[in-house]
Amino acid sequence: MADHHESGQGGAWYRTYVVTWVWLLVITGLEISVVFVGLAKTLVVTLLLILSLMKAALIAAYFMHLRYERLNLVYVVITPLILAVILFMGVAPDALNAFRLRR
Amino acid sequence: MGAAGEQERVTASAWGGGESPFAVPWTKLMMWLFLISDALTFAALLSGYGAMRLTAGAWPRQSEHFDIGLVGAMTFVLICSSATMAVAVGGARRGDRRLVVRFLALTILGGLTFLGMQAYEWTHFIREGARLIGFVSHEPALTAIPPMFSATFFVITGFHGGHVTSGVIYLLIMAIRAARGLYSGESIEVLGLYWHFVDLVWVFIFTLLYLI
Repeated sequence: MADHHESGQGGAWYRTYVVTWVWLLVITGLEISVVFVGLAKTLVVTLLLILSLMKAALIAAYFMHLRYERLNLVYVVITPLILAVILFMGVAPDALNAFRLRR
Repeated sequence: MGAAGEQERVTASAWGGGESPFAVPWTKLMMWLFLISDALTFAALLSGYGAMRLTAGAWPRQSEHFDIGLVGAMTFVLICSSATMAVAVGGARRGDRRLVVRFLALTILGGLTFLGMQAYEWTHFIREGARLIGFVSHEPALTAIPPMFSATFFVITGFHGGHVTSGVIYLLIMAIRAARGLYSGESIEVLGLYWHFVDLVWVFIFTLLYLI
């Protein structure tokens, strides 16, 4: 369960939380700079999506302790989110079509 | 338990009943299931936002309507409150009541600061003329903005803000209970799951509504 990470490595028990916190702030800073540095729109969108998925993974894995749960539970949590992506892929072609028609 | 019972226990699958396939307490499992359904609600809202934004063709530059610095600060505050929540969970597991109460109080402070900044942002946006049905203004530049710009903004940030508000109430109740000694590692961890989820959803709202 959730206590496994606290034994075996040195330092205080809250070390993992502090490291996660710092990484989340670093990635947030990166996200904001990616927007204002002036890259191509497609590249910005791709980078932002990757960075936000990284943040979400960090929060779920370390703050929500999902990394220390059984794989059973991890699968139960992740599967519906894959379905949500499929949901968006279902509506996206229609929206893209309207987007092209309007330009 | 006899030899036959032992045999059955060993060979039956973890799903055959009488076992705990997820190896978590039931309150934690129920919170996870709630969060999954809540995540799907947000996923539907954000998918709808994406579809409507594409369909609208033109979309205003967000930095002309929102102070990205302020939104960055809101994100900072929410991440910090998530970190203090994580420490409170760790403290509860160690039975350190003072630590739990202190860090829950810090988390509440973070939540209230976030809500205050969101109220400020909403006020600014509404004064500009933004409404749920689009912009009400004498300026043609504002009325030309697709109504879905303000509609999706209010619905999605409002739904998230509602979650933060209920989270602050949940935190308050649990902090008061913890101060009276009525808490367990499990109950604070379940509270933590909810609060981290609110932070996790904000990651996507921040990226999709303000940055992209």
